[in-house]
Amino acid sequence: MTLEALRLAAADNLWGAIMPELMLGCIALLLLGLEIVLPRRLHGVIPDVAAAGLLGTLLGLALNWSSVAVGRETFNGLLFHGTSGQLMRVFFVLSALFVCLLARVTLPRHTAPRVEFHHILLVVTAAMMLLAQSNHFVMLFVALEAATIGLYLLVGYFRGSTASLEAGLKFVVMGALSSGLLLFGIVLLYGVAGNPALPGHTTQALHFAELSRFLAANPDNFVASLGVVLVLAGVAFKIGAFPFQIWVPDVYQGAPTPVTAFLAVASKGAGFAVLMALCGQGGAFAAYGWLTTPVLTAMAAATLLFGNIAALTQHNVKRLIGLSGVSHAGFLLLGVIASAQTPMAAGAVYFYLFAYLAASFAVFGVMAHVAGQDDSEQELDHYHGLAKENPLLGAVLAIGLGSLAGIPPLAGFMGKLFILVSAFQAGARALLAVAALGVVISIYYYFGWIKAAFFETWTPPSGEGAGPARPERSPVTPVAAFVLGALALASIAIGFYPGPLGELLTLR
Amino acid sequence: MAALFDPLLIAIVAPLAVALAIGCGLPKRWSVRLAYVGFGIPLLMALHVWWHYSAQTPVSGYAFLRQYSTGLDGLGVSLKLGLNGVALPLFVMAGIVGFAAGLYAIQSQAERLKIYLMLLLVMQGGLMGVFASVDILFLYFFHELALIPTFIMVGVWGGRDRGYAAMKMTIYLTLGAMISLLGLIALYARSGANTFDLIALREHLARFPLAEAVQRDLFGLLALGLGVLVSLWPLHTWAPLGYGAAPSSNAMLHAGVLKKFGLYTLIQVALPLLPAGHAHWASALAWLAVIGNVLIVGFVTIAQRDLKQMIGYSSVMHMGYAFLGIAAGSAVGVGGVILMMVAHGLSVALLFQLATCIHHRTQTFALDEMGGLARPAPVLAALFVAATFASIGLPGFANFWGELAIFVALWKYSPLITALAVSGVVISAVYGLRAASRVFFGPATERMNEVASRQAPSDLRWSERVPALVLLAALLFIGFWPRSLSPAINPALPASPVAAASASR
Repeated sequence: MTLEALRLAAADNLWGAIMPELMLGCIALLLLGLEIVLPRRLHGVIPDVAAAGLLGTLLGLALNWSSVAVGRETFNGLLFHGTSGQLMRVFFVLSALFVCLLARVTLPRHTAPRVEFHHILLVVTAAMMLLAQSNHFVMLFVALEAATIGLYLLVGYFRGSTASLEAGLKFVVMGALSSGLLLFGIVLLYGVAGNPALPGHTTQALHFAELSRFLAANPDNFVASLGVVLVLAGVAFKIGAFPFQIWVPDVYQGAPTPVTAFLAVASKGAGFAVLMALCGQGGAFAAYGWLTTPVLTAMAAATLLFGNIAALTQHNVKRLIGLSGVSHAGFLLLGVIASAQTPMAAGAVYFYLFAYLAASFAVFGVMAHVAGQDDSEQELDHYHGLAKENPLLGAVLAIGLGSLAGIPPLAGFMGKLFILVSAFQAGARALLAVAALGVVISIYYYFGWIKAAFFETWTPPSGEGAGPARPERSPVTPVAAFVLGALALASIAIGFYPGPLGELLTLR
Repeated sequence: MAALFDPLLIAIVAPLAVALAIGCGLPKRWSVRLAYVGFGIPLLMALHVWWHYSAQTPVSGYAFLRQYSTGLDGLGVSLKLGLNGVALPLFVMAGIVGFAAGLYAIQSQAERLKIYLMLLLVMQGGLMGVFASVDILFLYFFHELALIPTFIMVGVWGGRDRGYAAMKMTIYLTLGAMISLLGLIALYARSGANTFDLIALREHLARFPLAEAVQRDLFGLLALGLGVLVSLWPLHTWAPLGYGAAPSSNAMLHAGVLKKFGLYTLIQVALPLLPAGHAHWASALAWLAVIGNVLIVGFVTIAQRDLKQMIGYSSVMHMGYAFLGIAAGSAVGVGGVILMMVAHGLSVALLFQLATCIHHRTQTFALDEMGGLARPAPVLAALFVAATFASIGLPGFANFWGELAIFVALWKYSPLITALAVSGVVISAVYGLRAASRVFFGPATERMNEVASRQAPSDLRWSERVPALVLLAALLFIGFWPRSLSPAINPALPASPVAAASASR
C-alpha cells in the first residue's frame, strides 16, 4: 500500500461523524481520571458526571440530527450513517441514561464500586452506537465484541453475590459460543466471496454492499448460505431468540437490576439494529431472502411461543421479564421478516423498540425500588400491597406492564399494531396467528403481576417455616419520581398521539 | 363557538378526564361529586345528538362528522368521529345505560369506591368512543379501552368464583379481540385503500369489491372473533360465568353496552364491506344462532337455579336473535337488530341492577331460597316484573319491535328457522316468569324468613329507584314511540343484500 493510498483512505475518515461516540469514550476516561484526582468525599459526583455526559451527548445528537454525514459512508465504508443509525444512537444513549438512574437506586445498596460501572456503561453504549451504524463485518464484529465484553463485566458486577457471578459465567460461556458462531459465519462468507472461481467475487467481501452484490450473483451457494445462517445464529443469541434464549432467565435474574435493564433494552436493540442492516430491505443478505425468511420465521414462531409459555410459570420477576422479553424479540422478528418486503415494517420495528424502551424502563425502575439487599431474589410476592403503600410506583408499574402487554391506549399497543399491519402486508399469515396467540398468553402473566401489586395485601410471614421477610423498599427520590412519571406519561402520550414517532413509519 | 362544540368528543373525553382526575388522587368526597359529572355529561351529549340528529345534514351518511389528526395520517389512521343511523341509537343507549350504571355504582358503597368509579368512568369513555368512531382502528381501540377495566373489576369486586371468572373472561375476550383485530387489519391490508376510515373504505370497496374468496375469509375471521365477543354459541361459556361474578354496574355496562360492539362491527363494517362473505356465512350463522343460542342456551337458562346466572344465560340467548337478524341481512332484519340491541342493552342492564337489589335483600342469588319478596318490596317487584316482560318482548317495550322486525325478516329468509326462533320466545317467557314468581310471589322460604328476622327487607331506596326508572322509562319510550329512532336508522340500512343472501341458500 502506497503512502498516497493511505492518504486517500485517511481523507475519508470523517471524525465529526462519530463525535457522539468519541465524546462518550472521552467521558468514560474522564470518570477514571476524576476518581484519581478528586478527594474521596467528592466521589459521589462521578456518576452524575456520567449522566451529564450522556445528556450532553443526547443534546448534541438532537442538535446535529441531520448532520453532514447522514446518508453517506465514512471510514472507507466501515460505517454508514443513516436515519436508522441516528435513531438507534438516540435509543442507546437514552437507555444508558435510564440505566444511570437505576444504578443510583441499586448500587448504593451493595458494596460495589460505582465509578467503574459507569465507565463500562459508557464504553458499551459507544460500542453499541457504532454497531448500529456498522457497514462492514470487521466493524460489526469489533463493536459487537466491545459491547459484549463490557456486558460480561457488568453482569457479574456484584462480586459478593453468587447469583451474579453464576450469571456472569453463563453469559461468558454462551457469549463466547455465539461469538464463535458469528465469526465462523463471517469467515465463511469472506472465503466464499473471495473465491475467484465464482462470478462477482470481490476482495472487499466484508463490506455489506460488496457482499450483497456477491450474494446476488450467487443466489444459491451452499457455503454462503451456511455463513448466512451462522451469522444469524450469532445475532439470535444477542436478542435472545429461540433456540439461543436459554441463557436469558438465569442471566437476567443474576445480573444487577440496572444491567438486566440494559441487557433487555439496549442489547436487544443492538441485535435488532444489526438484523435490520443484514436482513432488511436492501440489507447485506437481501438476496438470500429465500433462506433468511424461513429461518427467521421458524425462529420467530418458536420464540413467541417459548417466551410466553415459559413466562407463565415464573414467580421471580426478573426471570419473568426476561422471558417476556424473549417474546418481545419474537414480535420484533416478525417486523424484521416483514421489512424484507414492506418498507413500513422498518419503521414499525423502530417504533416498537422505542415503545418497548419506555415501558421496560418504567417497569425496571419500579423493580429497582422494590428490590432488596439480594438483587436476584425479586419475587411476585414482594409486590403485594405496592399500590397502596406507594401509588406512584404502582401506577408506573401498571402502565409499563400494560404497554408491554400491548393494551390500548398505551404505546405498546401501537407498536404491536404497526408490526401486525406490516406483517400482514408482507403476507406472513401463519406467524400472525402465532403472534396473536402469544399476546393472549402474555395477558395472563402481565395481569398476574399487576394483580400482585394492586389487589393482594401483604401479610408478613409468621410462625415456623415462614419465608423470609419482604425486602425493604428504597425511598423514591424526586428525580426518580420525575423520570418514572415521565416514562409512564410518555407511554400514554405515544399511545394516544403517536404523531412524532409515527413519522418514523415513513422512514427510508 | 359552535365550530368548537363537538358533542361526541366531549362525551368521550369527559368521563376519561374525570377518571384521570380521580386517578391523580382527588379526595373521595370530590371524586364522588365529579363522578356524577363524568356520567352525566355523556348522557346529556347523547340526548343532545338524539334531539339534533334529524336537523343535521349528513355527510356520506354521517352527522356530527369531525376529524382529528393523531399523526398517523400516512397510515390512514385518524380520530374520526361521527354518527350514522346505526351508531346513533347505540350511542344514545350507551349514554343512558352508562348514566344508570354510574348512578348505581356511586351509591353502591363498594370497597375502594374511588378506583371502582375510576374504572367505570374509563369504561364509559371507551363505550361512547366505540359508537362514535368512524375509523375502525379507533373503534377497536375504544373497545379495548372499555374491555380492560371489565377484567379488573370482575377480578377485584366480583362475587363468587371471581378469580376463575376473571381469568376465563380475560382469555376468551382477549382471544376474540385479537382475532377481530387481525380481521380488521386484514381488511385494511386487503382493501388496498390504505385507510382505516370506514367512509373511505366503503367508497373504495364499492368501486373495487374484494374477490369473493377474500371476502369469505375476512367475514369468517371477523365473525369468529366478534362471535366470541358477543357470546355466539358454542363460544359463549365465558358470559354467564363472568356476568354471574361481575359487580352489578360492570355487568350492566358490559352485557348492556360493550357486548354490542361485536354486533355493531358486523353491521357497520362486515355487512356493507363484505356482502359476498355474508352471503357465504349467513346460513351457518343462522343455524348456529337458532340451534345454539336460542334453543340450547334457552333450555339451559330454564335449568338455572341462580338468578344472576340466569340473566347471564338469557342475555346469551337474546344475542341469538341478533345474529339471526344479521344473518337475514335485509333492511328489516338489520333494523330490527339495531332496535333490539338498544332494547336489550336497556333491559339487561335493568335486570342486572335489580338482581343486585334483590341480593341485598335476600343475601342470596339462589332462586330456591327466595320467595314472597313482593310484600315487603312492592316497587322492586313491579320493576322486576316489568323488566322481565321487556326481556320476553311484550308489546309496549322496545324489545318487542326489535324481535318483531327480526322475525319478519327471518320469515323471508327461512320459515323453518323462524319457527324455531319464535319458539324461543316461549322459552324466555317460561324462565322469566318463573324467576319472577319464585322471587316475589308465593310463601317465603325458611331461609328467607331467617334473613328477614335478622334484617327486614325494605323496598327500593330512591338511590336505587332512579337508575332503574331511567332505564325503564327509556324502554317504554322507545317501545311506545319507535319512530323516535327509526327515521334515523332507515337510511343507514343495507339496500338489498337480501337478494344475495337468499340466492346463496
